[in-house]
Amino acid sequence: MGQFTSLSDAISDLVYDGAAVALEGFTHLIPFAAGHEVIRQSKKELTLIRLTPDVIYDQMIGMGCARKLVFSWGGNPGVGSLHRLRDAVENAHPGPLEIEEHSHAGMAARYSAGASGLPFGVLRGYLGTDLEERTNVARIECPFTGESLSAVPAINPDVTVIHAQQADRKGNIGIWGITGVQREIALAARAVLVTVEEIVDDLQPRGPNFAVLPAWTVDAVAHVPRGSHPSYSMGYTTRDNPFYTMWDVISRDRSLFDDWMKEYILSRDFDGYLAALDDGSILEMASNG
Amino acid sequence: MGEPAYTTDEIMSIVASRQLRDGQVCFVGIGLPSEAANLARLSSAPDVVLIYESGTIGTKPDVLPLSIGDGELAEQAELVVGVPEVFAYWLQAGRVDVGFLSAAQIDRFGNLNSTVIGSYEKPGVRLPGAGGAPEIASSAGEVIVMLRHTKRSFVEEVDFVTSVGFGRDGGGREGHLGSGPSIVITDLAVLEPDPKTRELTVTGLHPGVDVDTVRDSTGWNLAVADDLVITEPPTGEELAILRGLKERTAAAHAAQA
Repeated sequence: MGQFTSLSDAISDLVYDGAAVALEGFTHLIPFAAGHEVIRQSKKELTLIRLTPDVIYDQMIGMGCARKLVFSWGGNPGVGSLHRLRDAVENAHPGPLEIEEHSHAGMAARYSAGASGLPFGVLRGYLGTDLEERTNVARIECPFTGESLSAVPAINPDVTVIHAQQADRKGNIGIWGITGVQREIALAARAVLVTVEEIVDDLQPRGPNFAVLPAWTVDAVAHVPRGSHPSYSMGYTTRDNPFYTMWDVISRDRSLFDDWMKEYILSRDFDGYLAALDDGSILEMASNG
Repeated sequence: MGEPAYTTDEIMSIVASRQLRDGQVCFVGIGLPSEAANLARLSSAPDVVLIYESGTIGTKPDVLPLSIGDGELAEQAELVVGVPEVFAYWLQAGRVDVGFLSAAQIDRFGNLNSTVIGSYEKPGVRLPGAGGAPEIASSAGEVIVMLRHTKRSFVEEVDFVTSVGFGRDGGGREGHLGSGPSIVITDLAVLEPDPKTRELTVTGLHPGVDVDTVRDSTGWNLAVADDLVITEPPTGEELAILRGLKERTAAAHAAQA
């Protein structure tokens, strides 16, 4: 049953060194505040799972939280590279990073299998690509038609963290808009933490594709308004595209990245981060650098 | 009246947009394909159905999304579904007529690389990776590819086959639902697979571009069709719609702080 808790207590209770964790959200509703807290608590040796690592995993990889990355598209959306991810893969900085990569369809099938309690997912995919020999995929024959298909192993994270728009007072979670893979990866996980924009008496969707995660599928709920910044929460916040552009400058340079993380993540809580965002100071290092 | 002036990127987007027919269902990659697909929707193919991998189906964005998950795509969509569903029920099941892709590298058989430049173990450049592309390339009825024409992008052999065109040996499409790349639009030319050999062959040149320039920008010994077509230059209306779209987009992205 979803217990209301603080974000720092939830991360401390649920995320441990060496855990396989998925902080999901497909461009929308990315749980950035939770990622920051993982960094502040210096979690190490994590296996990080996400379709799109995005800036959230670029920050965690650059800060040395990760041992392995499981993913399907590792760019800064609309901007270019994730430079901390590239530095880890190309130069083993700040340490070696094992990677296991798939396609989006393959990762989605893996999450769905995990949510279904099945050992693998099936899809028409990977055929003829070089991914076939580089990643965790096997060809199987359909027992009914004989068709050759791809099997991909289920993913069941130790912890899934997602950000949603609403929780009601019982801890039921309301989520809408681009819901990506969050239902699947929440139901696949051994423990689930949800950060939310708002706690309400009754869930009230303000957009398409409304879904509910019942309270009894969730372990912890933390009230973290704007917790998806610089991504967005439909109905509450908009995507901060200039931040994503700024990240290209900050993340390109190791020492600038270290300074930025120290100033805006390590030495403040999330309210402090939002204050730096609101007074514009969070962009200063990029323009001075 | 003289023809309006345009850039090589503009003619690439406009020629690519002309490939989409009204009513087709198109699975759109981000970047150049998104620009061309939305230009088609705003000009020659108003009823084209655009699907993005974020699960936004039948979306009609007023500005181009910076990412495939921008709120604009969800707000303007006929329906929004999850990522497992968009790939399984909509793409893999054969409901997509056209896939619209770009890549870092392409080879003579239309295979696409968006994974690494150099070796996989020790990459020179680590690219973002597959995303939705492999299954779009496999299962869409046909694939339109657009990318800028350089020797670095048009290579004898791609460093990594992320998405299959006709395979490394041009052997074909066995096991794939769709028929593969039907056309490649660049900033210089139009290429189509030879019906027999499946090798990409220049079938059209943009105005003012000569064959030698295209050959010099290609990393293999490029086949050229006998009956080359010269691309119709962009019309004033096409340019106005494209530029309006890009101006609205730039203003919207700068303002979202």
